[in-house]
Amino acid sequence: MDWHIIIAAVIKIVVFVFLVTLPMVAMSVWAERRVSAAIQDRVGPNRVGPFGLLQAVADGIKFLLKEDFTPAHVNKFYFWLAPALTMVPALLTCAVIPFGSRLFGEKMVIADLDVGPLFVFAIASLSVYGIVLAGWSSNSKYSFLGGVRSTSQMISYEIALGLSVVPLIMIYGELNLGRIVQEQAMNGWALLPLWGEGLSVKGFILAVPIFISFIIFMTSMFAETNRLPFDLPECETELVAGYHTEYSSMKFALFFLGEYAAMIIGSGLAVTLFLGGWSLPFGWLAPESVDAAVPWWHGLIHIGVYFTKVIALIIFFIVIRWTLPRFRYDQLMRLGWVFFFEIALANVVITAILLAIFK
Amino acid sequence: MAIIVQRPKLKWWEHLYIPGILSGMRVTLGHFFSILSGRTKVTMQYPEEKWDSHLPEHYRGAPALVTDEHGRERCVACQLCEFICPPRAITIRPEEIPSDDKWAKVEKRPRAFDIDMIRCIYCGLCEEVCPEQAIYLRKDYAITGLSRAEMVHDKTKLYEIGGVREGLVNKWNDLK
Repeated sequence: MDWHIIIAAVIKIVVFVFLVTLPMVAMSVWAERRVSAAIQDRVGPNRVGPFGLLQAVADGIKFLLKEDFTPAHVNKFYFWLAPALTMVPALLTCAVIPFGSRLFGEKMVIADLDVGPLFVFAIASLSVYGIVLAGWSSNSKYSFLGGVRSTSQMISYEIALGLSVVPLIMIYGELNLGRIVQEQAMNGWALLPLWGEGLSVKGFILAVPIFISFIIFMTSMFAETNRLPFDLPECETELVAGYHTEYSSMKFALFFLGEYAAMIIGSGLAVTLFLGGWSLPFGWLAPESVDAAVPWWHGLIHIGVYFTKVIALIIFFIVIRWTLPRFRYDQLMRLGWVFFFEIALANVVITAILLAIFK
Repeated sequence: MAIIVQRPKLKWWEHLYIPGILSGMRVTLGHFFSILSGRTKVTMQYPEEKWDSHLPEHYRGAPALVTDEHGRERCVACQLCEFICPPRAITIRPEEIPSDDKWAKVEKRPRAFDIDMIRCIYCGLCEEVCPEQAIYLRKDYAITGLSRAEMVHDKTKLYEIGGVREGLVNKWNDLK
């Protein structure tokens, strides 16, 4: 038994998941409220702590102290199981996302799997069970309809989401997220091929299908995380609060946190796949290879770069939410099945042809 | 009669949504940055910033009793304000001024003077009706309490808010 590996893994799990990602979830709730307030010419929560930064703590305490009410008409077992089932997959997917290059010789990824994106999609799609169970076990029409909507929406967009990543995997010939980022660090980000081997005719032409993938990926991400403009599962005017109508206290908070955690992990995946992960542009401070030693301050910069990109993407998510009105449900389904599915498929074929031409 | 609204014919790039998203984001980000740069005026941060210095002269806040420059309470417990008060917020219990008092000639003063600030509607009729110019509406407006009893202003509280008013009619000063 190699204790060194286990201890390193535990430290990475505790620090990355519990000390960084979970506080980031809480902070993104605060950011959402402040940004939405600014967009609507308001002030937003600014009372608790400097700039209201501790609002998340106040919210957390409030959630813990609220009465945890379980209605009499629900299926108790599944009702209690559902919130955990939405929260856990969102956090599990943290495992394969590389949030830095190396720090003190240790790879900054919890599990360096060779099937990174597949693992993320496999686990992330499990969170639909939580929503189905929540909608069904609540035994109320609003929850039920919200759950049904959410399920069909998540299943529909998962196809487009998965297919949109295929061209990228074909181009890199790689499923290990760490090596994909290393490749981008040396040869240009997927969306910005301006240095290394990326700075060529091949790089520029391949950026076109990657850009299409990126748009499909981001839009599907919005749909997957049930955010506006695709927040049909919980549209207040029709469904009260959708699948978590009957939930209160910390169980409701778990749904809430699960949603934001999914958003953060989605942003992390988008950053890793399309925007060069932890790497700086133009190959600055890029390590020679995946196994090359990295000075510790380079490692820290890489971690900082990764989180900067993720935060920027989260703010993009928030601004989109407060910009666009909600889609109609048939529009949503049409967009998913008629447009994105076909475009993503065609994109795969086009990428294959382009790769064959530029071999 | 039904009106058929013609839907506008969209150009091909408008079908892509992306120009729409971008122009929408221009609006929202415009508001966002004008808040950040302080160009947009937002609401007053109430407990820290207040309107107190901007309150108009005729502002009607909490009613309060006043004393004159000799420290004599102006109220003679005639109870006119108690009678005129539309929500019946004022309760007065009068007493006789003892004959050895300096102002014994005034004869009557309030033993207790309570204004229930939960009831008070700040109409100002008490101030208007007072023949002695003893009750005034001051500019206090943030009147709070944790119980109903706390919301009743008694005589000491009323004099504390009111303070001294000088230079008014002083009909009790000279012998008549």
